[in-house]
Amino acid sequence: MFEVRRPQGAEDDDVTAAASPAAGGLSRRRFLGYLIAAPTVVGAAQLFVEPAQASIPTVQPVDSYDLSDLLTDSTLATSGLITVAVNRDGTVSFALPRAEVGQGITTAVAMAIADEMDLALDKVNITLLDAAPALVYNQFTGGSNSMHAIYTPVRVAAAVARGQLLQAATGVLGGLPSDFSVRNAVITAPDGRSATFGSLAEKGAVSKTTRAHFQLKARSQLRLVGSPQGRIDALAIVTGSKQFAMDLDVPGALPTMLCRPPTINGTALAVHNLAQVQAMPGITDVAIIPHTSKVPGGVAVRGETFGQCIDAIDALKVTWAPGSVGGRSDRDVLADLAQAAPALTPPIDPTANSLEQVFTFYFRAGDPLETNCAIADVAGGKAEIWSSLKSPIWTQEQIAQNLGLQVADVTVHVTQGGGSFGRHLFSDAAFEAAAVSQRLGKPVKLMWHRTDNFRQGRVHPMCTSRVRLTYSGANVVSFDQRHTSVATDFSMGFGEILSAMAATLPDANSLGYSELVFTLTQNVPYNFGVVTQLLNEIYDYDTFNTGSVRNIYSPDVTTATELMVDQAAKAMGQDPYQFRRSFVRDSRLLAVLDKVAQVGKWGRSMAPGTAQGIGIHREYKSAAACLVEIDCRRATVNRKVKDGYTGPRVTKVICAVDAGLAINPLGLQAQMMGGAMDGIAQALTYSMHLENGAFLEGSWDNAYYTRQWNTPPDVEVIVMPPSTGQPGGAGELGVAPTMAAVACAYARATGTVPTSFPINHNDPLGFTPYPTVPPLPESKTDDFS
Amino acid sequence: MPTKHTFILNGKRVHVECEGTVRLLWVLRDLLGVHGPKYGCGLDVCKACTSHVNGKAFHPCSVSVSEIKRDDEITTIEGLAATVGKDLHPMQQAWIDVDVAQCGYCQPGQIMTAVALVNEVRAKGRNITEADLDTIRNVCRCGTYPRIREAIMLAAAEMSR
Repeated sequence: MFEVRRPQGAEDDDVTAAASPAAGGLSRRRFLGYLIAAPTVVGAAQLFVEPAQASIPTVQPVDSYDLSDLLTDSTLATSGLITVAVNRDGTVSFALPRAEVGQGITTAVAMAIADEMDLALDKVNITLLDAAPALVYNQFTGGSNSMHAIYTPVRVAAAVARGQLLQAATGVLGGLPSDFSVRNAVITAPDGRSATFGSLAEKGAVSKTTRAHFQLKARSQLRLVGSPQGRIDALAIVTGSKQFAMDLDVPGALPTMLCRPPTINGTALAVHNLAQVQAMPGITDVAIIPHTSKVPGGVAVRGETFGQCIDAIDALKVTWAPGSVGGRSDRDVLADLAQAAPALTPPIDPTANSLEQVFTFYFRAGDPLETNCAIADVAGGKAEIWSSLKSPIWTQEQIAQNLGLQVADVTVHVTQGGGSFGRHLFSDAAFEAAAVSQRLGKPVKLMWHRTDNFRQGRVHPMCTSRVRLTYSGANVVSFDQRHTSVATDFSMGFGEILSAMAATLPDANSLGYSELVFTLTQNVPYNFGVVTQLLNEIYDYDTFNTGSVRNIYSPDVTTATELMVDQAAKAMGQDPYQFRRSFVRDSRLLAVLDKVAQVGKWGRSMAPGTAQGIGIHREYKSAAACLVEIDCRRATVNRKVKDGYTGPRVTKVICAVDAGLAINPLGLQAQMMGGAMDGIAQALTYSMHLENGAFLEGSWDNAYYTRQWNTPPDVEVIVMPPSTGQPGGAGELGVAPTMAAVACAYARATGTVPTSFPINHNDPLGFTPYPTVPPLPESKTDDFS
Repeated sequence: MPTKHTFILNGKRVHVECEGTVRLLWVLRDLLGVHGPKYGCGLDVCKACTSHVNGKAFHPCSVSVSEIKRDDEITTIEGLAATVGKDLHPMQQAWIDVDVAQCGYCQPGQIMTAVALVNEVRAKGRNITEADLDTIRNVCRCGTYPRIREAIMLAAAEMSR
């Protein structure tokens, strides 16, 4: 049995965490290493679980078992195919079973491998693995879980490969592996003779897959892990050579777009000028693609250029059937939410003082900058797909089902993604591209127009949060939160088809997934006596096109909580920071809270109309705090930017993050910074207006995501020293505490507690909506002379 | 009817045949295979396709190919470094030094905007300010804005040496 060694010393944090029951989940895992039969050295790692613990456990309080654990535990049975291969040129290759959408996981994984093998970072090639159904749950990128689940197995595979190279070196250099030193992919014997990894790659190859011994390095031996490293794809990005799906050259895959309905999920019934549009310049094909539960659909147009597709779409005369949301507007959804809100339980202590408030959070888009897109080539009973996918196995299995093919006849390549924000958990463009390619019998390079991406794409569900806090003397006695939300679509399950199908059974999406995720992620990080948090959902999972956009419940739940905390502090005559200090129930949260208060000079004297705000959040095995300063003075709010929204400006953001073990502090800071920009937008400016069954926003000048004129000039992210020794999640961690801090700062600067978000949502509309027919607005042409 | 068009692209003369109304972005991406300029909206809003025409920033999604003159010099991110005769333009180097990018999709456009902005401000004989940075319209959904500001300041100092 080759288990991870028990810790040798206090510095050996990684292994300590793995062996400690306190780390939750990890203690049950033993890591097995393998050498794989291949032409060169290939190390592999499998996770081994005792059978009794292989099933997904019963929901427990988030304190001891959270969503990170669930997602990690669901990967345990099938991780055997994680392999690190040594190449003849001395480089090392790893096909990552996760999506890279900007979160920096390829860099972090490369660092882990380079450290474990004594390689330079640029000798590690990370690619994204094609869909591999044998991995079942282990090729799903979600819940900011990737590093938590993959860090140790990747190290094991790398350690096995390194061990085998040392073994092979004995044949060349004599002696024992333990005699050698390794540096920069060179193995050196005591007498000074040496052999490179490249020269040993074939010599160490095995003809039969076998269990292999390995030893992971101690923390103190790691050079890269824990140090700031630039992205491994930085050069490709700044020279324009990084390839996204639409940059790939697949023979015959011509630009393809869809004419989409004027209301959400409408269905194309008839095209009245098909022949005329088909004859337009550059156009090769026009066809109705029916709307189904998996394919958004509309009228597909294929042509020589996307520009000609846009012209053709705007020329189409289509009759549409109404969509899934009828003629609803914001106010209708709000009324439905109010009706469905669960009742608050009677107060436990009727004599306690009570604070109560309902907060509203409007729809906001999960749009990344790269719109939904995929290449599909369906021909001869086979299908090949290229797209940025967080659930590639589900994509492969579902496409096989949609097209009537065998799973083995569908190949799904995972491309680099231009952002995700929850979008790429789903495979809307891949399903659609496959359907169009099959229908036309031709390869297609399918891309959504930005306006469609907003109007028909997936959004964060609109919701309300009712909070009641009671206090007596110096104590908070109870805290009750009733979160009521438009259903969040979890029909991707855990990234493969069985859990995906389960999520679409009647009530299963809500009861089986939404409630589970809510329970496993949400918490009140304060000692507030009796705490209850409940979720209720309205509508079917596919009434609105929703998804786990940017941290799902946390930004809204946390913002509602922190605003109530500020009000309680005020009512109880305490400073908001000191109040949090005295009630926070987690030492890691206390540490980040103290850090931002100290660095951000909490309580410093500020001009009227400006103020500080503070928010904390715990999730993904990580803890974060954020302190912001906001300027709500008239001169700032009334700044004029053409076609842009200004409003209050956040002038400073100080974030402190404890991610357990920061693999790459520079990348972690980037993730927190990005989350902070999102939190600012969600608090102040960024939303979608639903009007008569359609969203009004159709561009970034309508949907007010943070722009440079909203960006704080002063942003600092402090990475706390390693705490748990295991990497927690960080992809979405910065959103909730920043959004909460901005809301609290706004309340303190203006004297008005905001109760609906973003704060500007109910102001008069600041733009003229594009028409829905023709569906695509024309690009401006006024800036060229 | 398709017509013939020619211009200078990243230092080389190119020829293309298509309808004159096709926006330059699609001529670059779909017909010439130059993929650095990205599609982000096609509405001249997100600025992901920002490139240079005769050294000035412009947005190929909003310009028909027929508007490009025979001797116009179009520079995309692929040709930026060559304009200073180096492997990397100081702006690209600053982007790497600050580790600006996350997904990277908008960054070619961000860099092209930044170079043009710094050059424009320098031509006015002054240094770049926070107020100048506030005028940048390019969208970055990953929220790299603070590092973009830092990198531009860094590169501006380098470019004025």
